[in-house]
Amino acid sequence: MLDGTAIILRNIGTRVVNAIWRLGYAARFFVRIMMSSGTGFRRFNLILREIYFSGVLSLIIILVSGLFVGMVLGLQGYDTLQRYGSEEALGVLVALSLVRELGPVVAGLLFASRAGSAITAEIGLMKATEQLDAMDMMAVDPIARVIAPRFWGAAISLPLLVAMFSTMGVYGGFLIGAVHIGVDAGAFWGQMQTAIDFQRDILNGVVKSVVFGFAIALISVFEGYDSDATAEGVSRATTRTVVTSSLAILGLDFILTSFMFRG
Amino acid sequence: MNRTTIDLWVGVFVTLGIAALVFLALKVGNLNGAQLVQPYPLTAKFDNIGGLKARAPIKSAGVVVGRIDSIKLDPENFQAVVAMRIDSRYSFPRDTYATINTSGLLGEQYIGLEPGGDTDVLKSGDVIKKTQSAVVLEKLISQFMFSKAAETPAAAPAAPAK
Repeated sequence: MLDGTAIILRNIGTRVVNAIWRLGYAARFFVRIMMSSGTGFRRFNLILREIYFSGVLSLIIILVSGLFVGMVLGLQGYDTLQRYGSEEALGVLVALSLVRELGPVVAGLLFASRAGSAITAEIGLMKATEQLDAMDMMAVDPIARVIAPRFWGAAISLPLLVAMFSTMGVYGGFLIGAVHIGVDAGAFWGQMQTAIDFQRDILNGVVKSVVFGFAIALISVFEGYDSDATAEGVSRATTRTVVTSSLAILGLDFILTSFMFRG
Repeated sequence: MNRTTIDLWVGVFVTLGIAALVFLALKVGNLNGAQLVQPYPLTAKFDNIGGLKARAPIKSAGVVVGRIDSIKLDPENFQAVVAMRIDSRYSFPRDTYATINTSGLLGEQYIGLEPGGDTDVLKSGDVIKKTQSAVVLEKLISQFMFSKAAETPAAAPAAPAK
């Protein structure tokens, strides 16, 4: 009985210690990436390549999802607002919810599953096939050559993708609200422009997207670099990237929102 | 995938992203229109500001001419001190009336400025003397109910007689 309790407690202890150890390792890893980034930026075409793979190739999914999210917001928002006779506020509702919340969060979640998982799988496979060790042997720092460009590629891509997502969403809301349902287009844009503040709404959305970009980029490269060098290890690391990134986005979103929109 | 194709696509991507940001700033957030030109501060004291909040607009004849900076309570006479910033393109006579209005039935509250006839104008840092408090709906209703209640004793004896 007492032995059983001790085993359970020891299990909990091991998990907590491991989790904290991994967190510390990730933080040290982040510092190492930052320190190797100078070389990365000098060879900018490496970063360009990664922007292509994580940013440009995510364009279709981000643009299409943005459009559909905006259109759904248009339909749902109109249905609710017309009960209170204020369907002109549709533009405000669509734009506010996209710019402040849905843009950064939904685009971040999509980006984590579309690009983050790919980065983890690629780095994990490079590790499993000992390519990273080989680079080390040739005196090429794998962090500067492989990890840092992927990190910056993802961190730069996400804010741009989020801006495009929000833009497409607003346009989708406009298509449904003003073109399809027939809310006055002037009121749609006019009310939106008076209600939305550049600093409070748009800049805060950009800040969110930058933070999410860094978080997803770090989690993706870290999980790849830290994966077990086996096929199973790579698959588990990929899963962990998506799960951890999603949780990190939602958690960070809550923290950032509570700071930005408290008053 | 060769180098030039990647460069081209990344160029397209970054341009699109920046264009989207500019669209958000100008078309959605109306960055250029909402900005006040070299605003100057004014203050006004109200007995009751109702639901007025910082950053609410200040309108004259329905045109936005400024924004509320901060709202504080004067600890001496317990009045609300509203600090506002007015666009320097507009100046108002010294006897301007400041009222707290509501846009629409459930809309946000704003300060309306009704200019008087004085030839002197309010300068930076001046205090608007003539103010009118917000209309608090509950007070109106209770006033109405009390006045109704005052009427009923006269009417009440008449009712059972019928």
